[in-house]
Amino acid sequence: MIVGAVSAHLYLSLSALLFGLGAIGVMVRRNPLVMFMSIELMLNAVNLTFVTFARELDDLAGQVVVLFVLVVAAAEVVVGLGIIVSVLRQRPGATADDASLLRG
Amino acid sequence: MSVASLLAAADTVPAPDVEWSALSPFLVVVVGACLLLPIAGLLPRRTRVAWSALFTIAVALGAIGASAWVWHDLSRVGPTERTTVAGAYAVDKFSLFLIVVICVGVILATLLTEGYLRREDLPGAEAYLLYLASASGAIIMVTAADLIVLFIGLEVLSIAAYVLAGLHRRRLRSGEAALKYFVLGGFSSAFFLYGVALIYGATGTTNLVGIAEYLATHRLLDEGLLLAGIGLLIVGFAFKVGGVPFHVWTPDVYQGSPSPVVAFMASVVKAAAFAGMLRVVVVALSTHRLDWQPILYAIAVLSMIVGAVLAVVQSDVKRMLAYSSINHAGFMLAAVSTGADEGIAAVLFYLAAYTVLIGGTFGIVTLFGRRGDGHHDIDDYRGLARREPFLALALTIFLLAQAGTPLTAGFLAKFYVIQAVVDAGSWWLGLVAMLAATISAFLYLRIVLTMYAGVTDADVEVAEPTAEPVRRIHVPLGAKVAIAAALVLTIAIGVVPDPLTHASRTARPELVAPGD
Repeated sequence: MIVGAVSAHLYLSLSALLFGLGAIGVMVRRNPLVMFMSIELMLNAVNLTFVTFARELDDLAGQVVVLFVLVVAAAEVVVGLGIIVSVLRQRPGATADDASLLRG
Repeated sequence: MSVASLLAAADTVPAPDVEWSALSPFLVVVVGACLLLPIAGLLPRRTRVAWSALFTIAVALGAIGASAWVWHDLSRVGPTERTTVAGAYAVDKFSLFLIVVICVGVILATLLTEGYLRREDLPGAEAYLLYLASASGAIIMVTAADLIVLFIGLEVLSIAAYVLAGLHRRRLRSGEAALKYFVLGGFSSAFFLYGVALIYGATGTTNLVGIAEYLATHRLLDEGLLLAGIGLLIVGFAFKVGGVPFHVWTPDVYQGSPSPVVAFMASVVKAAAFAGMLRVVVVALSTHRLDWQPILYAIAVLSMIVGAVLAVVQSDVKRMLAYSSINHAGFMLAAVSTGADEGIAAVLFYLAAYTVLIGGTFGIVTLFGRRGDGHHDIDDYRGLARREPFLALALTIFLLAQAGTPLTAGFLAKFYVIQAVVDAGSWWLGLVAMLAATISAFLYLRIVLTMYAGVTDADVEVAEPTAEPVRRIHVPLGAKVAIAAALVLTIAIGVVPDPLTHASRTARPELVAPGD
């Protein structure tokens, strides 16, 4: 029982840290693909939180949620990559700073 | 554990009761979406766009009919409200009212899209499929009685909406809008999900009934987890409705997306997000009203003021309407922040009226955009009243209704919000709302006056020799029907508001434990 030996607080702190890193990544990085990866990191940090709580509460529902989130994240990947590819095809090497046609 | 004992254990797991008749509005939309692609594939290319649009409208009308049937069923036989699918799907008048609003939004957007796809020479069917898919996500959101189901609904709604924003593949702006919407939407969904996780950690369940019961009967040792969860949930919702300071995506996405899609985003996406907010924050977390009220209050005030003021200084009409939608979201948030039944009724009335208004407004904006959907600068609207008197008059009515002129749907929507806010004792919020309504009226009048202002003689002399004569705008049949229907509804709701008012007052979100 490795989880039992380490306090749940450490797991929660780790997932909060990962979530924060992902959020900073979205705000700081300019490559659309890396921004997208950061969003995935945030979702996985939430998964870790769910699993930790499920373990703490001895409740299976929290672990089932993780499967739902994985499916949703996979669907997001498909659509997100499609959008990114279609934009990059029209404008190779674009970063988020180049996407500036829309402003007012 | 051996396979045999595993199978024996699986037999003892009870499958949840599913009440198929209560699910019928949702099922109609999902099955319709699944049938649309094969049917469209069998049609000849020339008539594909038109027939797919007709099919989509039929599906939406079917869902409205199913909702009316379930509504009638709820009124006739008790109990009035119930949940099904193990307490994950709420069957109440609140969800049925919003399903009808969503379907009306789908119908208006479909009618407008038909002409748009022909004008822009885009292939058909996908747009309608995405409308139906997104609407099914919206229906999941308005009926969800479980936070995880709500999250899945939010994602189904959003993922289809990201693609819709990028529908016009050849236009760089459309792709850029899709990219921005996708990155910021995914970002906000992650916040929402983290909020769900923290609330799960604090209460031990994701079911809204369970959460409400737990909070009513237990004193939490550590409130921090729950409060952080509530805050993150509100951030997620505020992103979707475009409340300040989470509104940054709205102007860019509205400006870049195809105009009929904007009508869909402004009505359906907003209705679904507000439904989730009302059911989760106002009803399930009602024990912590003192904690979430100030946050919503602040977002409402900021949205109303920032939306109205920034709308006035824009030069692109679609951007102006985007900021005006932020202003409208502020009004609805003000009603949500009261946390009272009256506030909920006001939001429902506002959403219904707003869906009609925004459908009509963006219908005409689509036509004024002409081929390429690019003529949206305020200067392009100068003198349109002389060339297109009927369209200009219709746009004037829609804009005046959005400003809240009496005898239109917009007046009562704003009136009910201010009434609910003042009844809840927030005089200052009511005052800010009236001030914001006045500022935003200036914006709508600016567009109207620009249309009716004649082109000066000097302009004509300079422009005439070089510019080719501007052709009359061709109004496709679908757009004619949509604009006429929106006009009739705008006036009808303004003159005879009682049926809608009554429906919005009866439609209160309820939390009922499953199985009784």
